[in-house]
Amino acid sequence: MEIPLRKARVSREDEFVVIDAKGVHYRELNELINELVERGERKLRLLNVNGQRYIADGLRCSDCYIEIHGVAGDDLAAFANGPTIVVYGDVQDGAGNTMNAGRIIVHGNGTDIIGHSMRGGEIFVRGHVGYRVGIHMKEYREQVPVLVVGGTAGDFLGEYMAGGRIVILGLERLETYPEIAGEWLATGIHGGAIYLRDEVDEDKLGYGAKTERLSHSDRRFLSEAVGKFCSCFSLNAEEVLNAEFTKVVPKSHRPFAEMYSDSKEG
Amino acid sequence: MVRNFPPDFVVRVDKEACINCMRCIRECPFGVHEYDKEKKRWKRHHDKCVACLRCAYMCPTQAISIERSPMEYSPHPVWTNRVRKDIKTQAETGAVILTAMGNELPYMSYFDRLVLDACQVTNPSIDPLREPMELRTYIGRKPEKVEIEEEDSSIRLRTKLAPNLKLETPIMFAHMSYGSISIEAHLSMARAAKEVGTYMGTGEGGMHVELYPYADHIITQVASGRFAVHEEYLKRGAAIEIKIGQGAKPGIGGHLPGKKVTEEISRTRMIPEGSDAISPAPHHDIYSIEDLSRLIYALKEATRYKKPVFVKIAAVHNVAPIAVGIIRAGADAVVIDGFRAGTGAAPQVHRDHHGIPIEAAIASVDRRLREEGIRHWGSIIASGGIRSSADVAKAIALGADAVYIGTAALIALGCTVCKKCYTGKCAWGIATQDPELRKRLDPEEGARRAANLLRAWSHELKEILGALGLNSIESLRSNRDRLRGVGLSEPELRVLGVKPAGE
Repeated sequence: MEIPLRKARVSREDEFVVIDAKGVHYRELNELINELVERGERKLRLLNVNGQRYIADGLRCSDCYIEIHGVAGDDLAAFANGPTIVVYGDVQDGAGNTMNAGRIIVHGNGTDIIGHSMRGGEIFVRGHVGYRVGIHMKEYREQVPVLVVGGTAGDFLGEYMAGGRIVILGLERLETYPEIAGEWLATGIHGGAIYLRDEVDEDKLGYGAKTERLSHSDRRFLSEAVGKFCSCFSLNAEEVLNAEFTKVVPKSHRPFAEMYSDSKEG
Repeated sequence: MVRNFPPDFVVRVDKEACINCMRCIRECPFGVHEYDKEKKRWKRHHDKCVACLRCAYMCPTQAISIERSPMEYSPHPVWTNRVRKDIKTQAETGAVILTAMGNELPYMSYFDRLVLDACQVTNPSIDPLREPMELRTYIGRKPEKVEIEEEDSSIRLRTKLAPNLKLETPIMFAHMSYGSISIEAHLSMARAAKEVGTYMGTGEGGMHVELYPYADHIITQVASGRFAVHEEYLKRGAAIEIKIGQGAKPGIGGHLPGKKVTEEISRTRMIPEGSDAISPAPHHDIYSIEDLSRLIYALKEATRYKKPVFVKIAAVHNVAPIAVGIIRAGADAVVIDGFRAGTGAAPQVHRDHHGIPIEAAIASVDRRLREEGIRHWGSIIASGGIRSSADVAKAIALGADAVYIGTAALIALGCTVCKKCYTGKCAWGIATQDPELRKRLDPEEGARRAANLLRAWSHELKEILGALGLNSIESLRSNRDRLRGVGLSEPELRVLGVKPAGE
């Protein structure tokens, strides 16, 4: 596919390189970001972002800081390894998809499959998120991904979850669906945990999930994660934490263990 | 209740030849041979024998032979022995029957009903010993047109080419994960691929560090579990394959049991030790062709358009429009895995009853891409039950650019197709992580044998081309006029796009 090149406007403001993304194709925008990072730039500010996809995909840079003004398109920071991304606006599907490390801080809302299969790093979304968020989230050794949502989440939250932590605060509710999370919560979960700042009906839980009382270490984790979240969005952490949380965990780490047999061994 | 379950095999031991060396006990990972030291008596657990033949070939006096059990249920054409055993197993366990390797039901093979043409008198055949024969194949998107420019009497290509894989022979090693097979098996294929100038697939299990020296001949895989998927992994390989489905179990996911997730497997897949590795049936970020396109381009963006991205699907009823959608979504190649494809573990019901033959799938995908004028947008890689150079030639004549071989490659490494891969007890050191069993496969010897297989098939392919009067494999691609069907019905001939023999 040939991409019509129209040079993005690039300027400098203090230590930031500022890119005006208006009308710039994602392919050009992302290549520009890659080239700037290769040349040693570490602070980028993207203005007028209007749904450009794949920003910072596969970017390996633990000291990069990227500010996005506008709406970041699908798969923001997919496969990313280290960058910090702050979005002053919304993010679309798949932000943080299969991310290995880094931080995504979203001041608006997120749509579907946020944090899909993420293995490490943090995603903080101030508003609501859509369906299938945190599906197949993982963890590996010291990498334990954390996803905190200020509003509510749609159906299939944390499905097939294999590790990591999801926190849904429910600070604001949707008029059409006031529940903190949708149906089929944590179906097939076999690792990690989901914390919801509300009561959760057992019949909302999917196959393989159960609720559990919070332990001291859960409280410690929550105060740390929610503390960080609140400091990003100027919220009072103490007030937010002063509420009942429900913890959803796997019934088993091997939900399919009894499913198979061997024809010949019997 | 009496367990009336006759064994599949019986172990016969020539008592005169047996020297009681106990070697068979050490060789058999399934616990068939047992010796009671007090009573000085052997017991052979026939019901545990899988006919892998390891003990028979390792016995120093060749005292052991394995035979089909003569004891069977009373014959019945419908209620076969297998049907009865399956029912009894499920009545005992209440579980899904797990199996391995390819489809075992006696479906007809189209490859065996297709014959190749040869030159006689009017158009001379070519002797590959005398004439150069081109097997080199490029996998990936081809340009609409080629523009060149002349500069100081030298010619330069002006068209920007999409990344392609350069294969010296149109045969690659199929994706089989580290975890389902041993690192020794992976190393054998990686070395052979590099030596011969072709590629191997990692499967979903990631790339073990020992494979890094061969990474430029390795295709990485992104499957629904996203195991091992990491920017370095994506950037390290030669190409990336998104696995949507596989021929042995179309439409379902996979579970690597936690007990198989050893320390090394855990490191390569980047998941905790001992936890189940569950690959969901679909990718949960892909519910449409548009979503697939998004992942294709996310991977291209993450690797800065330097790697071709393939998409693998199982051959199913509507394979042609699905493949067209995949190519239009931006894939550089579509991999079609037929219903005979092997596996390390699959529910028997899926392995034996889902999907369609690869021959029909290749023909309809190739035809449909040509009808839409986009055949050059992406390559077709066929897999699933390719057994010989003749199958390769027929697959290419039906429309494939290249093939993947899985089971055939494992047989080259010593596999006897005993269908117990999922137990992790492979007696030949291939489908196992047991350190003792793994010693049975020497990766150097494995590489030599795997490379030999590729060389032998490549040589035969050149001979086949010579007989057809062609001097490049490209001229055989989609050249269905050089195939004829034997004993096929008209609708089947129409789907395959071939004429009946004699016409």
